[in-house]
Amino acid sequence: MSDERRVSVGGLTRRFGSNTVLHGLDLELEPGSFTALLGRSGSGKTTLLRTLAGLDPAPAEARIGLPDRVAAVFQEPRLLPWKRVWANVALGLEGRDAKGRAERALGEVGLARHLEAWPATLSGGEAQRAALARALVREPRLLLLDEPFAALDALTRIRMHALVLELWRAHGPTTLIVTHDVDEAVLLADRVLVLDAGRIAADIAVEMPRPRSHGDARFVALRRRLLAELGLEAEVLQEAA
Amino acid sequence: MSDTHALGGRGAVAPARPVPAPRRPRFRGLDLSRTRRFASSAVILLLWQGASMAGLIAPRTLAAPTTIVATAWELVLSGELPHHLLVSLGRVATGLSIGVSSGVALALIAGLSRRGEEIVDAPMQMLRTLPFLALVPLFILWFGIGETPKIALVSLGSAFPVYLTLFAGIRGTDPKLMEAGRVFGLDRAGLIRHVVLPGALPSGLVGLRYALGSALLSLVIAEQINATAGIGFLINDARDFLRTDVIVVGLLVYALLGLGADALVRGFERRALAWRPNLIKG
Ligand SMILES: Nc1ncnc2c1ncn2[C@@H]1O[C@H](COP(=O)(O)OP(=O)(O)O)[C@@H](O)[C@H]1O
Ligand SMILES: [Mg+2]
Repeated sequence: MSDERRVSVGGLTRRFGSNTVLHGLDLELEPGSFTALLGRSGSGKTTLLRTLAGLDPAPAEARIGLPDRVAAVFQEPRLLPWKRVWANVALGLEGRDAKGRAERALGEVGLARHLEAWPATLSGGEAQRAALARALVREPRLLLLDEPFAALDALTRIRMHALVLELWRAHGPTTLIVTHDVDEAVLLADRVLVLDAGRIAADIAVEMPRPRSHGDARFVALRRRLLAELGLEAEVLQEAA
Repeated sequence: MSDTHALGGRGAVAPARPVPAPRRPRFRGLDLSRTRRFASSAVILLLWQGASMAGLIAPRTLAAPTTIVATAWELVLSGELPHHLLVSLGRVATGLSIGVSSGVALALIAGLSRRGEEIVDAPMQMLRTLPFLALVPLFILWFGIGETPKIALVSLGSAFPVYLTLFAGIRGTDPKLMEAGRVFGLDRAGLIRHVVLPGALPSGLVGLRYALGSALLSLVIAEQINATAGIGFLINDARDFLRTDVIVVGLLVYALLGLGADALVRGFERRALAWRPNLIKG
């Protein structure tokens, strides 16, 4: 029951002025699970992730149980341009073998050749892989990904999906990925949540073996259902026609 | 309509045409341009020399280039020029170290803490509107006419550019990078060391370049104050004897000091800012 990777949030409310973004939100994430969080733009996905990442202070009345090691990857790589790639990954690591650990993590994401590169010389996909390595090198128990692939081209995104799944399998952190891409959610996650009006409005288990294919009938059905949850029935009807 | 639309529209209408090859390879073009620059300077020098030799320019107005070169050589050999140069360099070095270090210290205080900003920034912003060279009369009253007012003027001239640019650099830190640093466990000291200061370095170095220019200007003015040594003394002394050749040598030394200072900072920038996209070598 008390796996250290468990996430348990209850009664989380967040307001900006008169704008209530999260409204008594409850969220439980099973240890080692892979969950996708969908929601319209401005529905509060980033706000939720920031609270989980400890970037925003949690309100006192909320009940929040989090693992002690949390890592995050943002939409932009956010590498420090003045540190070489390996030093970015080693940022904040303690202990003598920080560089060795950073190098191994970069090897895992396929950047062994770019250890000494400056971030400015990396492509978008490479920079995002470096950001993944920087998150993983800490062996996080909770991995938060906020639209990490939104800025990448389609081909690079496909490769990143495979890489994220591989890393998740190898390291087993509880993983929460925010995305606005329904396909991405269905492709990657065991469970898809839809955030709406400050609460989890839908909670859907994805019971398909990986690797998953867009052509699979279950994939298509689930995709349609999620689009409907997001209020996109019109488009769905058009597609069906 | 946005620019990209405009461009896209033009591209769609115009038939694709191969880019015409440049007539001449680029490096020869560069070569020619350099030759032209050099040639025009050489022509001016020749005209000047010719006019001096023909008696059109009196030596007490402006000495001939050849005379200036000869004088420079004599001043070097006699040890006079090196002596005065060392005195001037000493003033710049002392003034700069005081000015730059106080500029950096104040920028750190104001940049890294709210209270520091409240205390330091307002007076600094008020003082900077003052043309600092106008303080010379006060400085003479306060510090006399020895070395102190000269060094104080150089310090003052270099402190402000460093303070202003470094403060702006610190305050311009990308909040997204700060967040990344916090997520990855940096404490306040770690954030300052790994995120804030390296991020502020480029603008701080721009400030340093301004500071060197400003220090040189301060030096020129300061050395007009009753100096008994230094390049400024050399020039003033030469004026009393109508030695325009010595005056020009002094001016050339000032110019070389300026160039040298700039090259120094540029060299340092190339090393310290090697990570910047425009400095990364292909
Ligand atoms: N720091 C802030 N100050 C004021 N409003 C904010 C702030 N951060 C987010 N918001 C508001 O909260 C809402 C949710 O934002 P966000 O969590 O970024 O949405 P999402 O990531 O789902 O697109 C938006 O309406 C946004 O304007
Ligand atoms: Mg967001």
